[in-house]
Amino acid sequence: MRVAYFPGCSLQGSAREFDESLRAVARRIGLDLIEVPDWNCCGASSGHAVDHLLSVALPARILGLAEKTGAQDLLVPCSACYNRLVTARQELREDQTLKAEVCELIEMELRLTVRVRNIVEVLKEAMEGKDFPAIETPFVHKVACYYGCLLVRPHKIVKFDRPEDPQVMDELMQAIGAEPVDWAFKVECCGAGMTLARTELVAKLCGRILDDAEARGAEVMIAACPMCHANLDMRRPDIEALAGRKFAIPIMYITQALGVALGIDASRLGLDRHMVPVVFKRAEQPGADEPRA
Amino acid sequence: MSVQTARVRDSLAEEVYRSTGQSVARCYQCGKCSAGCPLASETDYPPSQLLRLTQFGDASLDQKALGSLTIWLCLTCQTCSARCPQEVDLPRIMDFLRQKSWKQGTVHPKARNIIAFHRSFLGSIRMTGRMFELGMIADYKRRSWKFFQDVLLAPKLFVRGKLHFLPHRIHGARAVRRIFSRALEKRGATR
Repeated sequence: MRVAYFPGCSLQGSAREFDESLRAVARRIGLDLIEVPDWNCCGASSGHAVDHLLSVALPARILGLAEKTGAQDLLVPCSACYNRLVTARQELREDQTLKAEVCELIEMELRLTVRVRNIVEVLKEAMEGKDFPAIETPFVHKVACYYGCLLVRPHKIVKFDRPEDPQVMDELMQAIGAEPVDWAFKVECCGAGMTLARTELVAKLCGRILDDAEARGAEVMIAACPMCHANLDMRRPDIEALAGRKFAIPIMYITQALGVALGIDASRLGLDRHMVPVVFKRAEQPGADEPRA
Repeated sequence: MSVQTARVRDSLAEEVYRSTGQSVARCYQCGKCSAGCPLASETDYPPSQLLRLTQFGDASLDQKALGSLTIWLCLTCQTCSARCPQEVDLPRIMDFLRQKSWKQGTVHPKARNIIAFHRSFLGSIRMTGRMFELGMIADYKRRSWKFFQDVLLAPKLFVRGKLHFLPHRIHGARAVRRIFSRALEKRGATR
C-alpha cells in the first residue's frame, strides 16, 4: 500500500520516536510512505483560535501538496493535525466560495480527492491484509488504550470508530497479544495545547488519566498522538507534583508496541527517548494488579 | 406571517450564525456539554451557560460572553459537540467568539499567557513554515516573562535527541507568509 505521509511538526522534534517507530513499522509491513514534499504546519489550535481562513488555508496547502504525490490516502499520525486536516477538507468540500478563496490564497488547485487517514485506521487495514508479517514477540501486557480526544472526532466527519468508547486500538492491541483494560478515560482530553500557557491544568487532567489507567491495572498506556504523549510523559514531574504521588506507568506509541511485537529492535523504535522509562512493572503475586472496585 | 418576534439586529447570536452557520437558539440547556467539559470547573461560565449568555440578543450579555475566560480555556477537545443532543457545534462557536474577542480587544486578563502562546506559536510558523519548538518556547518566555519555566526539562530533552537548535525552513516559507499576511489582512487584525 502506498500512502502520502504528513508527519507534522511534533514528529520532527519532541515526538521524533513516533516518526522513527512509524517508519520502521511501515517498512516491515510493506506500507510505502511518500512524505508530502515541503509540507508546512497545519496551524494547530492556535490557527483556529485566531483566524478561520488561516485555519483552513494552512491545512489546504498540505492537502494540495499531498494531491501532487498521486497517492489516494494521506496518513496523518498526529491527532491534532489529523483533526485540522479532516475538518478543513470537509469545509472546503462543502463551501465552494471558501474553496475559491483558499485556492487563490495558497495559489494551488484543489481536487480534494485524497482521503485523510489516521494512524490507527491505516494500521488496522494493514493488519487485515494477508501480507501482514507474523507477530514474533507477542506483546503480553495489560494495556490502557488512550485514543485522546481528537482521534475519533468530530464523528460526523471522521466517521471512524465510536466517539465515546472506541474499540479499534483495543482490537489492534489484542491482535498483538496484549490485554486491553476497560477504563474510563479513553477519549478524555489531556489538555493538549495548554501545556505551556497553563501547565497546572494539563497536570490536573493528565493526573486523572494516569490514575485511572493505573487503578485498572494497566502496565503501559498506548497513545496515538504526540500531544497526548508529551503531556503524559514529559509533564510527568508536574503531574506528580500536583497529585502528590508518583505514577510509574510508561506511555508508548501504538507504533512502538506494534514494532516490539514485530521483533523490530528497540533502538529503531526510539524506546529510549521517553522521559518515563519503558519498563513493565508486572505484579508479583497474581491478583495484586486487580482493578480497584 | 404577520406576527414575528422583533429580532435585534447584529446581536452576537446573529453574527455567530452568519459566520459559522450555528444557531445558538438550538440549545435547550440540557447541560450535557458542561457535564462533559474537562475544564468546566475552571471556567467562569461552563459551556452551556456561555451559550445561554448569547441566547438573549442582549448587548451586555453578549459582551460578557466575549470577555469570558471560558472561550480561552476551551481546549477544542470536542467532547461537548460529540454529546450534544441538538448537534450544536460549540467548538466552532468558541472559535468565533475567540476571534471576535481578540479582534475587539476584550480578552479576559487571565488569558494573557494563552494569547502569548498563540502569538509565539503562529509567529514561529509564519517565519519558517513549520513550528520550531525551541524558538517558539523562547519567544513564549519573552512574551510571558516565564523565563525559568521548564529550564530543567531542556537538558533531559537534549540527551534524548529531542531538542533541535535550528529551525527547518521550508521552500514554501514565502508562500506560508503570504497566507498569513493575506488572511490577517482580510480579518483586519489588531496586531
